[in-house]
Amino acid sequence: MIWSWERAAEALPVLLEGFRITLLATVLGTLIATVLGLAIAVLRRVLPGPARAVLHWLTEFVRMTPLVVQLLFAYYLLTGVSGLVIGIAVIGIHYSTYMAESYRAGIEAVPKGQWEAAAALSLPASRTWRDVVLPQALRATIPSLGNYAVAMFKDTPLLFAISVVELVTAAQQFGARNFAYTEAFTLAGLIFLLASYPTSLLVRRLEKHLAHY
Amino acid sequence: MDGNLGVLRESLPRLAEGVLVTLQLTLGGALGAFVLAVVLGLLARSGSTLVRALVRVVVEFLRGTSLLVQLFWLFFVLPLLGVELEPMTCGILALSLNYGAYGAEVVRGSVAAVDRGQWEAAHALGMSAAHRMRRIIFPQAWALMLPSLANLLIQLLKGTAVVTFITLSDLTFHVEQLRQSTGSTLFAFTVGLLLYFVLAYLLNLGMNVLEIRAKHTLGRGRSMREIWLPTRPKPVETGGEQP
Amino acid sequence: MPTTDRGDEVLDPSAAAPPADRPAGSPDVPAVEFRNAVKRFGEHTVLDGLDLTVRGGERVTLIGPSGSGKTTILRLLMTLEELTDGFVLVDGQPLTHELRDGRRVPVPPRRRKQITRRIGMVFQQFNLFPNMSVLGNITEAPMHVLGMSRAEARERAMDLLRQVGLEQKAGEHPSRLSGGQQQRVAIARALAMDPAILLLDEVTSALDPELVDDVLNVLRRVAGTTDITMLIVTHEMQFARDVSDRVLMFDGGRIIEDGSPEQIFTAPGNERTRSFLRAVL
Repeated sequence: MIWSWERAAEALPVLLEGFRITLLATVLGTLIATVLGLAIAVLRRVLPGPARAVLHWLTEFVRMTPLVVQLLFAYYLLTGVSGLVIGIAVIGIHYSTYMAESYRAGIEAVPKGQWEAAAALSLPASRTWRDVVLPQALRATIPSLGNYAVAMFKDTPLLFAISVVELVTAAQQFGARNFAYTEAFTLAGLIFLLASYPTSLLVRRLEKHLAHY
Repeated sequence: MDGNLGVLRESLPRLAEGVLVTLQLTLGGALGAFVLAVVLGLLARSGSTLVRALVRVVVEFLRGTSLLVQLFWLFFVLPLLGVELEPMTCGILALSLNYGAYGAEVVRGSVAAVDRGQWEAAHALGMSAAHRMRRIIFPQAWALMLPSLANLLIQLLKGTAVVTFITLSDLTFHVEQLRQSTGSTLFAFTVGLLLYFVLAYLLNLGMNVLEIRAKHTLGRGRSMREIWLPTRPKPVETGGEQP
Repeated sequence: MPTTDRGDEVLDPSAAAPPADRPAGSPDVPAVEFRNAVKRFGEHTVLDGLDLTVRGGERVTLIGPSGSGKTTILRLLMTLEELTDGFVLVDGQPLTHELRDGRRVPVPPRRRKQITRRIGMVFQQFNLFPNMSVLGNITEAPMHVLGMSRAEARERAMDLLRQVGLEQKAGEHPSRLSGGQQQRVAIARALAMDPAILLLDEVTSALDPELVDDVLNVLRRVAGTTDITMLIVTHEMQFARDVSDRVLMFDGGRIIEDGSPEQIFTAPGNERTRSFLRAVL
């Protein structure tokens, strides 16, 4: 029989346990990406020439190479550390490079006049950033943040590679053990869909709301 | 280090094989994704509400479930339904479906961004809808969609790395092999990541060339030749017919 | 092709190709007819039960304030918009809707396309295709819609370019041309399809003043050397006087005055017409 409701029912708690890990990784990863991405974006504007170039190429390198390869790299290298910790850190760093791009666009969208006005008022750099530029830059970035959080959520299955039992790993393991691939992967897909679709809608609505300002 | 380099030299043919497999997946996936993106993107503009809703469902479904889930579904579940696909086919199919869905929005948006006057002029000249799309609208939308498609292409390249999980010997697979034969994670993975980086950079260059050409056809930029060769002052225009 | 001095050249595309069957404007059948035309955009009524008849070969200028419906008439004829109620006929044939068994039903798309094929339009914003050369713009539709061979289409296109004074720009990209030149190409493009009816929608309104005359002169020649029915929406009153057989004053979705150019411009009967002309002239 191709589909057994019994097997599906058995699979569900196992999958949800994996989903817990998925959510944890997503939330913590997003946190890291948000903070680190901002740091990178600010540094890229503030650092002197050579340092800026190095930072630029480093972030390009991380951004344009596969996440799964980076995960494996870190996992093999840092043998003592748990897979989950490595996974969250690497995903966070990988996505921080995307976020840095979003921040950059947001910062560049702040009119030059704002910087000039701050200079005319003799505001120190830290105040200029904190009170003038960033608040404006961040409005544009929030929807991107939402979009990347959803993207990250859909990338968590890559933790499969480093033996972290998130949702898809759980599905694969359950499927293999109980000859229940169909139920396991279909349910996993549905859980993904049910989690990501409403979130994407929310992000889109947020985007529209912010755009009207 | 010497030992590592020596092993690297020996493994070059295998790494090359891995690169080839990765490229196959990337280009095959890109082609499939593009076709799907155009089909879905154009259908999304259909007059029929039913068609538009259907497209929406398909796109959201493919975007909402992750690439790995789709890949595993094709590889593990399809055989149970009687359809056995080669791993390479699974890989290309999953990549096409997933990234095609993302591409659909890009295509739809670009076509919608073409100036309304172009549609009207083509209509006034009696062009059929198909002719108008093929010769007037799509060529203009193409220039608009290239930057976003370039982004998606890089993401697709990165996406190919997951196929190691369905037993394909792509670049990632061979990087792991290299790690085992050199015993050095740092060395092997640095080489591997560099290779991916170079591939991504080359693909980016390729897309940039396409973008330059597209802009030039629309009269909005210089041709490749003008960019690469030193500029000479243009001769003053003389009269006479041009063919 | 006669190459005597410019003024004598016949701006007649059909002279370069076998004559298409055009309505000669038979005396009983009007070229264009609107019967009780109603057009609403949501709450807003643009045409309010309008009747209009244009005979074959007539040159009719539509004037009036913006929003009065004159551009809508052209767009309805070109099926860029659709009538909310009423009928529009071309050569006596219903274009978009017809009466069948007492009910108003849409005309099938194929028949519509056959009819609109004889109608050409020139737009305020030129709308030249940026992904083709000037020549390509003019040959595109004749080749793919009329099925002309490439050689035939090119010959006709070059001939038309010659007549609008732009033959040396044939290989150029449209964006390299001035606005006036682009509009002349647009006129050539429309004429290449050998239209029986030509719709001109404020074709000089988007041009710098010094470029307007070149375009108007081309249109004067079209009017003088062909018998194409022309419906012209314009603010260029001198041009309207030179070229038109009739002038229609639009206001609030209705035709409030209809007469010869002399009548309308020198002695308008309607107060609205008078104040409009005072403001514009």
